[in-house]
Amino acid sequence: MPNDSLGRVETKSFIHKDSFALKSGRTLQGFEMVYQTYGELNEAKDNAILICHALSGNHHVAGLNAEEKKGWWDDMVGPNKAFDTNKHFIVGCNNLGGCHGTTGPNSNNPETNSAYGSSFPMVTVGDWVKSQDLLRNHLGLPYWYAVVGGSLGGMQALQWSIDYPDLVKKIIVIAAAAKLSAQNIAFNEIARQAILADPNYNSEDKLPKTGLGLARMLGHITYLSDDAMREKFGRDMKKGEVNFSYDVEFEVESYLRYQGESFSNRFDAHTYLLMTKVLDYFDPAEAHGGDLAKTLKSVTAKALLIAFSSDWRFSPERSRELANAFIEAKKDVSFLEIDSPQGHDAFLIPSETYDNAVKTFLEKNE
Amino acid sequence: MNKLIGNFIETDARVLDLGCGDGSLLAFLKNNNQVNGLGLEINHQKIQECLQKDVNVIDQDIDSGLSNFQDQSFDAVIMSQSIQALRKPEVALEEITRIGKEAIISIPNFANWRCRLQLIFGGTMPISSALPHDWYSTPNIHLCSLKDFERLCVDHGAEILDRRLLSFDGQEQLFMKAAPNLLTEIALYRVKAKN
Repeated sequence: MPNDSLGRVETKSFIHKDSFALKSGRTLQGFEMVYQTYGELNEAKDNAILICHALSGNHHVAGLNAEEKKGWWDDMVGPNKAFDTNKHFIVGCNNLGGCHGTTGPNSNNPETNSAYGSSFPMVTVGDWVKSQDLLRNHLGLPYWYAVVGGSLGGMQALQWSIDYPDLVKKIIVIAAAAKLSAQNIAFNEIARQAILADPNYNSEDKLPKTGLGLARMLGHITYLSDDAMREKFGRDMKKGEVNFSYDVEFEVESYLRYQGESFSNRFDAHTYLLMTKVLDYFDPAEAHGGDLAKTLKSVTAKALLIAFSSDWRFSPERSRELANAFIEAKKDVSFLEIDSPQGHDAFLIPSETYDNAVKTFLEKNE
Repeated sequence: MNKLIGNFIETDARVLDLGCGDGSLLAFLKNNNQVNGLGLEINHQKIQECLQKDVNVIDQDIDSGLSNFQDQSFDAVIMSQSIQALRKPEVALEEITRIGKEAIISIPNFANWRCRLQLIFGGTMPISSALPHDWYSTPNIHLCSLKDFERLCVDHGAEILDRRLLSFDGQEQLFMKAAPNLLTEIALYRVKAKN
């Protein structure tokens, strides 16, 4: 085992028995939330970091799970890595509505005694943060030293700093935005339509895998930059020549189909629908008439915002907008735009500048 | 120099340092004047050093504009020996005095006697401690003298509140008052927008 790996990690479960009111007005009669932890909580309990997952992520952030599969951010979380488990106690959880153990569409609805499916209530980033705060309490943490995340995960970090200013000291918001653009929502809508139009959607015994696969194929394109795709596939052909058919001809087609298919085997279509809605609804400034600076007034956490030059899903410009709101609100903020050809996916990939910025920012200097 | 700038800045002031480098000045002002500071820098190594010093820093190129900063939103905007490296110093000056209630700007003086001698007798572009680059690799594309800078201020609606004459190591030298444009190596100005 490499000495920067966490090795085998175990999944734990937190059960909240009381009812949990959601922003939508609906209520969950309690919930279960699965999570993993890495590193040791120190005596002062001031080294806990919550890592929030993005659209298709989960609580398995790092190390090897029971299936020997690496966590989605294993490259950055572990001993001596950007998020150093020798120094920090790191928590990753699966959000409400997820499909990896936390209460979600696949869970049993106590009212009907069958799976929720499409009747699972809509959740929001605010709901997630509220449920993560219950987990914090369950773990006996006085506060989070930091809450961090990329993409939709970064939105949770931002929401944490707004909703619980006393319970988070630092946030790192990576490759995110303060709200989605019309283009972002449009992509999500096509993804949803692909699932909703699948004849197996809401079928008793079949899964809408074709629709979910299509949604993932579309999503995948938005995670990569034009350059990265050109570099990786160009116009390479599977068999070296065109065969005038609708079969897989270009390498990029083969890759996307594979991505779509494998994703549809490990992810739930209802959860995917839900997650895209969580993204679309995210707009913390809405409660303040769209004034983001005003929204950030209560924030006490120091913020580090990171964006990647070739990311067009949540471009650096969106992070700059957020940085400007922090500046206008006279809050502690730093912003770094990292040169990367990898598009939105760059937030998952370590690099010297990226790792150093994270490490340095997380050092205690008070 | 840091101390001198510190004297121009009130306690608890909101300060923007344009081209903040490794964040030393802002760290100094934070400790000494308890300022709420923010730096702009594009060199990632230097941004890293700012983070190390717990100095807030934004990865932003001044030459791409400062329109994201609101009018009079900072008590002081500092531009330390970098206005001569900008593509449009006159636009920068207008922006700085728009954003800051006051601006603190320092410039290397190209009309210093050493520079003059090098040009007249050496016949080469001057190289000095304040201007250490060869002509072909210098970032300083808009060098000026005290007179030039002061004319820029007049032409672009900036009022000079204070001027200090320094040697290249940032020490104030009172003797330079005898012939400021000839003797000064670095000039430090405090300016604001004319009402």
